Amino acid sequence: MAVLKMQRINICGLKKNRKAILERLQYLGTLEPNMDWEEDDFLHNMDTSGAKVTFEKHTNLTERAVEILEKYEPIKASMFAGLAGKPLIDKMDYDKIVKMQDTYIIIANRIIELEKEIAEQRAEIIKLENQMEVLIPWLPLDIPMNYRGTRLTVVLLGTLPEEVSLAGVYAMLAEKAPEAEAVDVEIVSSSRDYTYLAVACLKTQAGEVEEALRSFGFAKPAYFTKEKPADVKVRIEQNIKEIQTRIQDLEVEIRGMAREREYLKILSDYYRMRAEKYQLLGTLPQTHNTFLISGYVPEKDAQKVADDLVERFGAMVELEDIKVEEEAPVLLKNNKFSESAEGVLAAFGLPGKGEIDPTAVMSFFYVFLFGLMLSDAAYGLIVMIACGLMLYKFPGMGISMRKSITLFFWCGVSTLFWGIMFGGYFGDAIDVFATTFLGVELAEGQSLIPPVWFDPLNDPTRMLIYSMLFGVIHLLTGLGMKGYMCIRDKKYMDFLCDVVLWYLLLFGLLIMLLPSSIFRSISNMEIVFPAAVNLLGKVFAIVGALGILLMSGRSSKSIGKRIALGAYDLYNLTGWLSDILSYSRLLALGLATGVIASVFNKMGSMAGSGILGLILFVLVFIIGHTFGIAINLLGAYVHTCRLQYVEFFGKFYEGGGREFKPFKENTKYVDIKEENYL
Amino acid sequence: MSGIVWALFGVVLAVVLPGMGSAYGVGIAGQAASGVVTEDPSKFAKVLIIQLLPGTQGIYGLLVAFITLPKLGLLGGTPVDLSIETGLLILCACLPIAVVGLISARHQGKTSAAAIGIVAKKPDQFGKAMLFPAMVETYAILALLVSILAVFGIPV
Repeated sequence: MAVLKMQRINICGLKKNRKAILERLQYLGTLEPNMDWEEDDFLHNMDTSGAKVTFEKHTNLTERAVEILEKYEPIKASMFAGLAGKPLIDKMDYDKIVKMQDTYIIIANRIIELEKEIAEQRAEIIKLENQMEVLIPWLPLDIPMNYRGTRLTVVLLGTLPEEVSLAGVYAMLAEKAPEAEAVDVEIVSSSRDYTYLAVACLKTQAGEVEEALRSFGFAKPAYFTKEKPADVKVRIEQNIKEIQTRIQDLEVEIRGMAREREYLKILSDYYRMRAEKYQLLGTLPQTHNTFLISGYVPEKDAQKVADDLVERFGAMVELEDIKVEEEAPVLLKNNKFSESAEGVLAAFGLPGKGEIDPTAVMSFFYVFLFGLMLSDAAYGLIVMIACGLMLYKFPGMGISMRKSITLFFWCGVSTLFWGIMFGGYFGDAIDVFATTFLGVELAEGQSLIPPVWFDPLNDPTRMLIYSMLFGVIHLLTGLGMKGYMCIRDKKYMDFLCDVVLWYLLLFGLLIMLLPSSIFRSISNMEIVFPAAVNLLGKVFAIVGALGILLMSGRSSKSIGKRIALGAYDLYNLTGWLSDILSYSRLLALGLATGVIASVFNKMGSMAGSGILGLILFVLVFIIGHTFGIAINLLGAYVHTCRLQYVEFFGKFYEGGGREFKPFKENTKYVDIKEENYL
Repeated sequence: MSGIVWALFGVVLAVVLPGMGSAYGVGIAGQAASGVVTEDPSKFAKVLIIQLLPGTQGIYGLLVAFITLPKLGLLGGTPVDLSIETGLLILCACLPIAVVGLISARHQGKTSAAAIGIVAKKPDQFGKAMLFPAMVETYAILALLVSILAVFGIPV
């Protein structure tokens, strides 16, 4: 339960060692570079952008090649492949591949070239197909389209913008060009929008005929073939077929390179890391013979890193504590159970300056409340087994994924526990099955597996009271965390005024509420305190309220303003009330699980007890409870987060810390295994 | 006898109104989610979770219906004889989730659509994005609670 303490490390090394030192630091991955300096006569910046760009280009090149291979020769990946994590590569193999990088660059270039050619050939096919499209209406024509005619006659080709019959065309000609004789019209083809015509007429009258037709919208085709359209079609088809064969050949060649995929991936990671190294190198101050690097290192690793660099490279290393005004990046350290909830915390915000890491406390409540909301033993068991299997099957899983799944594993355990307490096993599936198919007689409200504690469906008010009780505990813990922070920072006045007084007021009000008639009528519980306790409650409440009224505005000098601020703070009591009421969602979501489950069980049992009934029951059971688990998991996840973020953190935690981002080997495809880690 | 008509009317309202609201809410959030997935299919799981959030009101309505129906003997039994007074009581008990479910689901849908926008631009802020729609849901939960407690409390 802690934010790791950071130290500043200053390293000064010889220039000739700078690449080796940076590579070592990148491998160790425990230093976040952080420095603020300006160039002067003595300190220089080195321009590494050229090298960086080259490496980035190579990264993109290899990555692109890998993507192309994936497109043409996809690796069959199971649904859970994303969980498996990056494969581990031996350092020796890695070095071997890096040595041969020139060969692989040629391969990568070739793959990209092939892909480009395929794209070009595909474009060519589309072009040809478009040509063919234009040609199709002219296919029945048995002369080349650019045929000019005989000595005395001319052939006019063109389209009319509507569907016209042969007689219609002659009628048009008769109307507009009555003098024209010996005109022969042939309708090549027609569609709803166009009529494709071939008109033969005397050369001397050609102008007249064309003019006449043009007045009806006659237009020449955009493209004339030199051969018969049908012949052209055959040629184009032949052409397309050839190109397709060519594409297939190219694809085969790409597929043939798929065996280089793993090497390309490794190389891509190599370039990625190198690019990052040069990026960092370009920001470092350098003198004629030395270079400097400064940054944050977790205190627990600091000495080891320092010794390592001194021993290997004879560098000058200096460690110092972080200055008070400096805001160090945040790295969390928790035990095996609590670290699983770090992702939940990070989603809200890492601890800001001076804040404690609430993960340990929060992880316990998270699992506890999650179980209460899902509260079905069978669902819990399924979640638990599914997450356990995933953790067991994929040990190489990424760290954050591993943490989330571990968290859900524990949530499953908690759900199993609460399910047994409340007697939910797929809702009331066992009872429904027994009464429908086994003929077991159960009285109203009786169950084969009675709840260990009680069934919230039969006694919702009792569950409501407990929900709020859990809420009060959760919230008071939050207030306690605030108190802890105040004491740690030696702000005793704040501790007294902002924490102790509130405790007094809240406990006082609770003591006053419990024996009251309002509480009795809601809960049917008769609670009688001795008179002294009642008096104590009143005293607590009054002292707390007065204290808050007088002390909350203590930063203000003017008395009036101080009281006003105090009154405003006292008004926060309504905030507490709404926060506590918010925990009623524990009941609502718990009931939702049970009722949704029993809806499906009921539906399944509606067809009676025969074979058909049994089939229906099994079907509805599988589909229904899959849906039930999904929707209730979602609800429990969202609302547990909400209770932590809004109600719990609202009492003491703001977040806003910056994540520790060390300079490390940020690989995409593989992890490299090296023997000598510190 | 006609009391059961009023009671069933309440049950119907509890199912129909929040159901309509949820359909609207999930629909509008789904449009936003589809837009995000066109650009980046890897965000599918995240936006799907946010899209589903306004869907719960419909389930809450169903929940109230399913605890009310057996009370009326309408789920595999003989209908009970209800006075008009009791029937109206049950109708009233169903109203909180019916009305609040409808309105909160619509607004939660709009908030979800906006939260999907957060995920589109800053996927690492998923936790916060999820929280905004969850705030709206609180009121549906409070209404659900009152409806359930009221239905349980009415003697039939």
